[in-house]
Amino acid sequence: MIYRAEVFVTLKPVVNDPAGLTIKGGLHALGFDSVTDVRAGKYLVVTLEADDGDQARSRVEEMTRQLLANAVIEDFRIELQPVSEPIAVGEPAE
Amino acid sequence: MRTGIIVFPGTWSDRDCAHAVGEILGQRTRYVDHREERLDDLDLVILPGGFSYGDYLRCGAIARFAPVMEAVTDFANRGGLVLGICNGFQILQEARLLPGALLRNASCEFRCEWVNLRVEQSESAFTLDSRPGQVLRIPISHGEGNFFADPQTLEAIERNGQVVFRYCAQDGRVTAESNPNGSLSNIAGIANARGNVVGMMPHPERACEDLLGGTDGLAVFRSAIHALARVAA
Repeated sequence: MIYRAEVFVTLKPVVNDPAGLTIKGGLHALGFDSVTDVRAGKYLVVTLEADDGDQARSRVEEMTRQLLANAVIEDFRIELQPVSEPIAVGEPAE
Repeated sequence: MRTGIIVFPGTWSDRDCAHAVGEILGQRTRYVDHREERLDDLDLVILPGGFSYGDYLRCGAIARFAPVMEAVTDFANRGGLVLGICNGFQILQEARLLPGALLRNASCEFRCEWVNLRVEQSESAFTLDSRPGQVLRIPISHGEGNFFADPQTLEAIERNGQVVFRYCAQDGRVTAESNPNGSLSNIAGIANARGNVVGMMPHPERACEDLLGGTDGLAVFRSAIHALARVAA
């Protein structure tokens, strides 16, 4: 099975985010005065092969802990979806 | 003393380091390829500045898994002297050889300028030749040197005397104006608990000749030479 994992890496709430603050300033300059906070992060899409969803998730969690996110400053969230549905057994070929 | 200078794809200060340690201080040096796995012949290992692996993902994140880093970790754990400068500092933190992380500069600007550093302690292998409170003038050149550690870690490194350099004014006062990047407590360089691994954002190798504007960086490399001589004695 092929899975697609979307990995959202964000700075921990206690970590100052100069990029987010600068973007917030830009939004205020455009007149979006209602914006009270902006946090910038990273979005990664990882496509991988795995036997099932549990295995895919645990692999992506492991790779995120090891490399994709730095636990000193970042949190992460993973959303997983199968890319291809399994082929139904016994279905006649067209 | 034999110094190894690690070269990752994207490292750019390797020759400056070799020039400072080899040409100016007359020590034996060799470049160490990022694929090498043995550092047995070395007394000092330098991870120079640059943009290893294009700084992709996070500064130092990919370099940390280069084959040579396992050898660097063993070398450090055996007490070998390791100096990470700029990107090298970021790599040492990613490798968990030093605490904390380096965030984007608070100004969001790349800062390339001379700064003043107050030597906080002279116990580390790279500050033996300096005295606490001494001010060194050394340039910085980075976009992500904003030192961060969680409150417990920060408290621990302060208590253990692991803060080696702080950004300061010319007279040594640690002020907000002298902090070029937003680093917590003006931290510019730290050591591990043992004092044999030091990371610093400023570039001492670029302050070793009057022609380049100053020679205060020599103290960092000379300290390592003396630290090794002391061990050998």
